[in-house]
Order: sequence, then C-alpha cells, then structure tokens
Amino acid sequence: MKFLIALGAALLLAGTALAKEAAPLAEDEAVEKRLINIAEELRCLVCQNESLAGSRADLAEDLRREVRNLIKQGKTDQEVKDFLVSRYGDFVLYRPPVKPTTWLLWAGPFLLLIGGIAALIAFLRRRSAQVAPAAKLSDEDRKRAEALLKDNS
Amino acid sequence: MNRFLLPLALFVVLVGFLAVGLNRDPRDVPSPLVGKPAPSFEVPQVADPGQTFSPKQMLGKVWLLNVWASWCVSCRQEHPILVEYTRNGGTMPIIGLNYKDQRSDGLNWLQQLGDPYLLSAFDADGRVGIDYGVYGVPESYLIDKAGVIRFKQTGPITPEVMNGKILPLAKELDQ
Repeated sequence: MKFLIALGAALLLAGTALAKEAAPLAEDEAVEKRLINIAEELRCLVCQNESLAGSRADLAEDLRREVRNLIKQGKTDQEVKDFLVSRYGDFVLYRPPVKPTTWLLWAGPFLLLIGGIAALIAFLRRRSAQVAPAAKLSDEDRKRAEALLKDNS
Repeated sequence: MNRFLLPLALFVVLVGFLAVGLNRDPRDVPSPLVGKPAPSFEVPQVADPGQTFSPKQMLGKVWLLNVWASWCVSCRQEHPILVEYTRNGGTMPIIGLNYKDQRSDGLNWLQQLGDPYLLSAFDADGRVGIDYGVYGVPESYLIDKAGVIRFKQTGPITPEVMNGKILPLAKELDQ
C-alpha cells in the first residue's frame, strides 16, 4: 500500500513537472478579436467562398498578418478595409459599397419584390372581376324556390 | 396562348442571365490597380542578392512585370511563351517577380526552363505581391513609361493574350 501511494505521488509530481502552461493562441487578444471581426467581412481571394478569417490559404495567412500589423499601427477598421480594397478591389468586401455600378445589385431584390407584389395584385383583381358576385334572387324566384322546397316535404 | 407568353419570356431572361453569368470566370477579378501607378518596392534580385530592384529603374520603358514561382504549376504553362518571346528578339523587357519562393528553387527553375527575364526580383514573404494585389500566380502587369499599370493578366499568359493584347498594347504605349 505504501508503495502504491509513493508511486502515485511520484506519478503526480512527474505529471506536474511535464505539463507546461498552455501557450496563448494569440500574442494580443484585443488585436486578434479585431482581426477576426474585420476578416469575417472580407473575402479570401483564393478560396472565394471563404472569409479571410476562416481560410487556411497561404495568401489569407499573409493578409491576416498584414491586417494584424495595420491594427497594431492603430489603423481604424475602415482604413484596414481600404488597404485591401485598393489592392484587390471591391470584390474582397462581402458587403459591397453602394455606388452607381452596384445600384442594381442593391435595388434588384426590392425591384423584384415590388414586381411580384404588383403581379399578385393584378392577378387577384382580375380573378375577382371574373368571379362575378351571384345575382340576388328576385322575389318571384324566391317564391318559386320556396314552393319547390315545400312540395318536396 | 397569352397565358404562356409571360412565363416563357421570364424563362428566356433567366436563361440569358445564367448563360452570361456561368460563362464568366469567377477567378478573373478586375484589378483596381489598372490605370494607377505601379506600387513602388525595393527588393533583392534572385540571381544576385547584393543588388536590388525597384520599378523606378524602369521609368521611361514599357515593361512587363511577371509574377512567378517555382512551386506554381500554371507558370510552367506560360513560361515557354515568355522564353520564346525573348529568344526571338522581343524588345519589351520582362522583369520577373519570384513570389514566395526559395532562392535556390527559383534559380534551379530558371536554369531548367530558361530565363526570359532581364532580371528577377525576389519577394520572399509576398509583401510586394500583396501591394500588387496578387492572389493567384502567375500574374502579369504591363507598365508604361510613366510607371502606370495599363493591363493586368491574372493567370497564365496564353499566346492569344500575348499576341492579341499585351504586345499590341506595349507597341502602342511605346510610341
């Protein structure tokens, strides 16, 4: 028993001696948070449907390094984005800016919605015009109908 | 009859959009740098690390900056076209930018496949590439006498691009 306790203690000591404190994932947590915030809004150009934050492409890693440097230099988010747009174009932005070449892009869905609603209204109007309301029974007709119903009973 | 006309028209429009949209190359992103001055840099040369290259040295000439790397597969596709151009006495200087490569690998590559470049600049960490908006090697930039980028080719230069776009434009800019 004593032997076992000693062995356990020895193992425990060995364990603490071997384990090191986990290395921090990033040097500066605040910088990294801002990096991820910005990079999630940016497209990786190599793998176009991934964001710069999520991509493991070589270029994405380089660009993250650049963005990290810019953040450390105290640039604003907008300045960082402008840095990338001036090199790679508006295509890197997942939210394209509103300008004459993108008006159709921004307004298109709303135009389609308005068109759809207009078509729906036109369709409903036409249908209600086709299904004319049933004419009211004249007094004479009503009497005839009542007479027929009575006959049956 | 009229009932089918509108859906048919909408269908044709949709097919039209898809035909145009799906036939475009999503990798061909228009560069915002065309029409702007070529970003300046100064990096060592591949062959001689003691010497540097900067685009300033090329002012007054119409030249082609060709980004290449020994690890780049499509560079092997375009390389013979450049080699042939230089070998046949082409006058437009071609400067290589060896992008994110090992110096020894780059030198080997040039030795094996031929060296069409006046010189190659060495961009070890890809910083120059970032300034030029490089995202897929090979890429080429035609730069005029005033140091303004006039044309960018993303992806390998094909004979059609070389003879149909780059060389005519270079000739025009050289006048």
